[in-house]
Amino acid sequence: MSKFSKKKDGDVPAVSTASLPDIVFMLLFFFMTVTVMKDTSVKVKNELPKASETKKLEKKDRVITIYVGSPTEEFQKVFGKEAKIQLNDKFSSPSEVGSYILQERAKKSEDIQNVLTTSLKVDRDANMGIVSDIKEELRKVNALKINYTTYEGIAFDNLN
Amino acid sequence: MSRRGAPPEVNAGSMADIAFLLLIFFLVTTTIETDAGLDRMLPPIDDSQVTPPVIKEKNIFAVTINKSGQLLVEEELTDITKLKEKAVAFLDNGGSASGTPEFCSYCKGKRDEKSSDNPTKAIISLKNDRETQYGVYITVQNEIVAAYNELRNRESQRLYKRDFTDMEAEYLNPETSDEAKEVLKKRVKNIQTLFPQKFSEAETSSGN
Repeated sequence: MSKFSKKKDGDVPAVSTASLPDIVFMLLFFFMTVTVMKDTSVKVKNELPKASETKKLEKKDRVITIYVGSPTEEFQKVFGKEAKIQLNDKFSSPSEVGSYILQERAKKSEDIQNVLTTSLKVDRDANMGIVSDIKEELRKVNALKINYTTYEGIAFDNLN
Repeated sequence: MSRRGAPPEVNAGSMADIAFLLLIFFLVTTTIETDAGLDRMLPPIDDSQVTPPVIKEKNIFAVTINKSGQLLVEEELTDITKLKEKAVAFLDNGGSASGTPEFCSYCKGKRDEKSSDNPTKAIISLKNDRETQYGVYITVQNEIVAAYNELRNRESQRLYKRDFTDMEAEYLNPETSDEAKEVLKKRVKNIQTLFPQKFSEAETSSGN
């Protein structure tokens, strides 16, 4: 009997943490592979509308992004609350969109210059005036393929 | 003499700490991107002097959005939830009489003579105000795309026993093999000719 009771005497044996690095590494690799580094910080409110009939934007290198929305709080003192266009890291006027697209297009390799898509990330509270101005500019530089980037969801949620 | 023998083992106890540090760095910088959206083609700027062909009034489905987000569909104030239904009815109408070259053999609509002749003739025209909210605009766009997709899926199910949207997604997926793409391309193109997206956007009106 004493043989069994002896085992209960001691403390609870410590859990081996030897496999902890392995687990952490596994997580690390997961996040490393799914990570997309943010190349620009978004300075505008950017709550995208929802849509159900979306198509995925494949191939990141073929996408040029334009952000539109009202400036975030820290920039509101300078730029006001009216929706603004953000190109790269700065606020711009609609007339600058054309040259920005041409500049971005020139950076890409020649064989994909004709298949670029412009992704419009527009806040759902922005109004259509600014969007139409952008579209007009895009037509002028012949960047005709656009994508209204949205979240996946029920489109009627946009209404309220 | 104790120096001889196997070299001392490197202490790997801090390995976990280093890995944690990296892990936290990647956790913070990660944005799992949600890049999906509605694809559209803008019309090229047309500065030629050619007069556009005359389009019959009944082949145009006019949608107007005002600045408070109300919808005028075919001169009728319409709730946005009814838009898809109306667009489907319009596109699928097939008003041409059987026997004429414009007869639509696959349409299942009412064949109303006052509505569109054929899906290939039917045009949806969207007009919006400068002050229309973007969210509303996207909802309208989404509903119109949904109407097209519904009809395309129906035809695709009939011909190929598969949804059009499904086929298109596989066709656009870079991982699909070339042979599979070749087959899909033909099918996708075929469905697209049955129900082409003829979708015109007028320049936005300013003021009210």
